[in-house]
Amino acid sequence: MNTIAKGTAYVFGNNIDTDQIYPGKYVELTEMEDIRQHAMSGSEEPDLAKIFQPGDVIVAGTNFGCGSSREHAAMTLKGIEVGAILAESFGRIFYRNAINLGIPAITCKGIRGLVNRGDKVRIDFTTGEIVNETTGATAKAEPMNDYMMGILQNGGIKPMIRKMQEEKKK
Amino acid sequence: MHAIEKLLAEKAGKASVHAGEIVNCDVDIAGINDLYYQTVKSFYEMGGKKVFDPEKVILFFDHYAPCATEKQADNHKKFRAFTNEQGITHLMDINEGVCHQLMADYGISRPGQVIVITDSHTTTHGAFGAFGTGVGATDLATILVTGKLWFKVPEVIRINLTGKLQPGVYAKDIILHIIGKLKADYGVYKAVEFAGPVLKELSVSERMAMCNMSTEMGAKTSYIHPDEITMAYLAKHNITDYKIYETDPDYVYEADLTFDVTDIPPQLAAPFSVDNVDDLAAFAGIPVDQCYLGSCTGGRTEDFAVAAKILKGKHIPYGTRMIIVPGSRFVLNECLEKGYIQTLLEAGATLTAPGCAACLGIHQGLLAEDEVCVSSTNRNFPGRMGHVKGRIYLGSPASVATAALNGKITDPRPYLEGGKGE
Repeated sequence: MNTIAKGTAYVFGNNIDTDQIYPGKYVELTEMEDIRQHAMSGSEEPDLAKIFQPGDVIVAGTNFGCGSSREHAAMTLKGIEVGAILAESFGRIFYRNAINLGIPAITCKGIRGLVNRGDKVRIDFTTGEIVNETTGATAKAEPMNDYMMGILQNGGIKPMIRKMQEEKKK
Repeated sequence: MHAIEKLLAEKAGKASVHAGEIVNCDVDIAGINDLYYQTVKSFYEMGGKKVFDPEKVILFFDHYAPCATEKQADNHKKFRAFTNEQGITHLMDINEGVCHQLMADYGISRPGQVIVITDSHTTTHGAFGAFGTGVGATDLATILVTGKLWFKVPEVIRINLTGKLQPGVYAKDIILHIIGKLKADYGVYKAVEFAGPVLKELSVSERMAMCNMSTEMGAKTSYIHPDEITMAYLAKHNITDYKIYETDPDYVYEADLTFDVTDIPPQLAAPFSVDNVDDLAAFAGIPVDQCYLGSCTGGRTEDFAVAAKILKGKHIPYGTRMIIVPGSRFVLNECLEKGYIQTLLEAGATLTAPGCAACLGIHQGLLAEDEVCVSSTNRNFPGRMGHVKGRIYLGSPASVATAALNGKITDPRPYLEGGKGE
């Protein structure tokens, strides 16, 4: 896991559900190359996958990723190489899915009001400091519990479980 | 401790747990639905060889049943190969129905279990005093490898229901009213317990609808303390192997809320959010293109009973269509025996195979741009049932049926003098 993310922000509202992040009709896809192309295609930013650069950042209001359990919603954002997702709060299954895939999902109260579409945002995961480099505004991320931080530091839960299973064998 | 805490403590092999603590719990039922072949991919990517216990793993072919695309069929084919290879015998194939309904019909869901399914509406099993929660594919794969999953022990919100339900008003109206007041993120990460004297009026079917919808306020899990209604269900299914945990009298709830249901009229959640709720009367007269009766929320025998009562001997007007989707083959059979399906078909409804069907916009009844649907399902997000500008109003099965009867949103109460359809 990188300790710092920096990129252009794309900003969304409250209660952005997984149907907006990844419409149900594409859930049948199983390959990342296909899945990544539909990122946010049910939302007000339907062409995000075409303009998004690796390391860019998603900023949202409350309850980002509410709704379905579909891991595709997190996978598609992993596919476009999101640097971090900053939201005022997250839907719980999406949050678990994101962390499991090694995506830094950062909770930060008030963040949506501090960032406009296109602003450059910098996040330091070690200190939790968030800086809007375009406006100079700053914010502080809520600390993540150690267990989830452990998953992120392992690069996601798959490498972590793999490592645990191998250690068990020894 | 709360009953949920005692349950999680036992499954984690601990004497006690507290809210906020991370626990690693044994899982009793690990359910995979057909949307998520990623579960199998993640299992192998984690180094999985054999699943922890094939007896505890269930595959549900419900969202794609029967397959509408070659890709879906290919996913089913790969899932079948996986079950053969792993010795998993519990494959609920395309003839069976929606996972949560089958868990009830087969008597798999029972008090004291940890039930984890790759479906957000797994909160439904709180209706039986189980800890049911939805997860993504990779979390489920973790269970397949280790037999366990980590949870943060949730704070519990208690919602006490008092007063008297009016005829024509159902659990769906009550839970929509509550979500409208508390909003879609009120219960995120929390457990929601339903309590109070109104529960005595709510059947297992109605309780399932409430617990199912608690997901729509963000809840991790929901809970109804098992009582004589639960016991009757357990006895009917010859279930003797279960455990009921008691909440300590000094347990302090995160919030303790009371809703008097006496004055709640039929409710609808308007586009495009489940918490955008108002009295149905506020929308009365809106012309309706499609009426949808089905899903893990509103596709049970009681739901078909009330729809059949409203539509018996009547005909759905030209310009409006009604799709009826029994939650499972058990529901379908029972509704056939009781004549509900025949009544609805004679009224002009379209029957599709038991399963999730159009609820999540995959097949069997999608909406075109700007079409209006009144639905007994659980979500009305943009694009949920087809076109991103399709407009879904969520309501009770009775409100769905009266919309079909009149081709417009209509208060069901005048059609239900004398109660519930039986």
